[in-house]
Amino acid sequence: MTQFIFYLFAFGAVLGAVMCILQRNAVVSAIWLMSTMFSLAAIFILLGAELIGILQILVYVGAILVVFLFVIMLLNLSHATSDMRGPVSLAATVVIIGLLVVELAALWRYTPRRLAADIAQSPMLADPSAVFAAGDLSRQEAAARGVVGALAAPLFQTYLVPFEITSILLLAAIVGAVVLAKRKI
Amino acid sequence: MPTTSFLGPALGLSAILFSLGVAGVLLRRNAIVLFMCVEIMLNAVNLAFVALAQLYGASGYIMVLFVMTVAAAEAAVGLAIILAIFRHKQTVDLQNINLLQG
Repeated sequence: MTQFIFYLFAFGAVLGAVMCILQRNAVVSAIWLMSTMFSLAAIFILLGAELIGILQILVYVGAILVVFLFVIMLLNLSHATSDMRGPVSLAATVVIIGLLVVELAALWRYTPRRLAADIAQSPMLADPSAVFAAGDLSRQEAAARGVVGALAAPLFQTYLVPFEITSILLLAAIVGAVVLAKRKI
Repeated sequence: MPTTSFLGPALGLSAILFSLGVAGVLLRRNAIVLFMCVEIMLNAVNLAFVALAQLYGASGYIMVLFVMTVAAAEAAVGLAIILAIFRHKQTVDLQNINLLQG
């Protein structure tokens, strides 16, 4: 049953992405992108990341897509003609995507057992358990602290400096957006 | 060995979504749709992070939070740039936006 739900939402995500690319009208593209975001949120929850799933809906659908729709509304675009690139670009895209798919399809076969074998075969590779806490540990932590607490503890301890830098990035983005969107630059 | 669910399929889906995002960026000329395709790619990476976090613990989730923050900042600044360009050129078609072509 879980399997069926996973593949249902996976199909929804891929369908949304394909339609987002193919739709001529930017608003329709944005709506299809929204279905992709929602499907991915469901998949995150299936993968055991409940908080990330909720944040996905809040941040992507609630904030980023609304900004997209606002900008589309402000620009008042005429959508009579298709904006697909020509046949040369299409051929180049097919080649590049083919290569990418062949490369990334190797991930499909990735399993913990294979990962362990890979690490055992190449001693140069750092032991992941030396860098990251094991998944089981974080699961116990999540059971003890709750879903949010298990995420907040590393965020405000191990990753405190990156977290603060992110706040500076957001501040710069706010200032930049306001300055760029002013009447006269 | 920690138990994981859907690790392979999730990574495969991530690969498919990332490829679709790249295809969109290469195929479309509308700058706004191009930004949407970038968001698809970022989402695909988030999916890979979440899938692998089952193995390696909460660090993957923290990375997803950072990716979301950067995506929000990127969307805000990028769309503001598109607005500014639209005021000058009355278009968001990338074929007509070639200020830097010398």
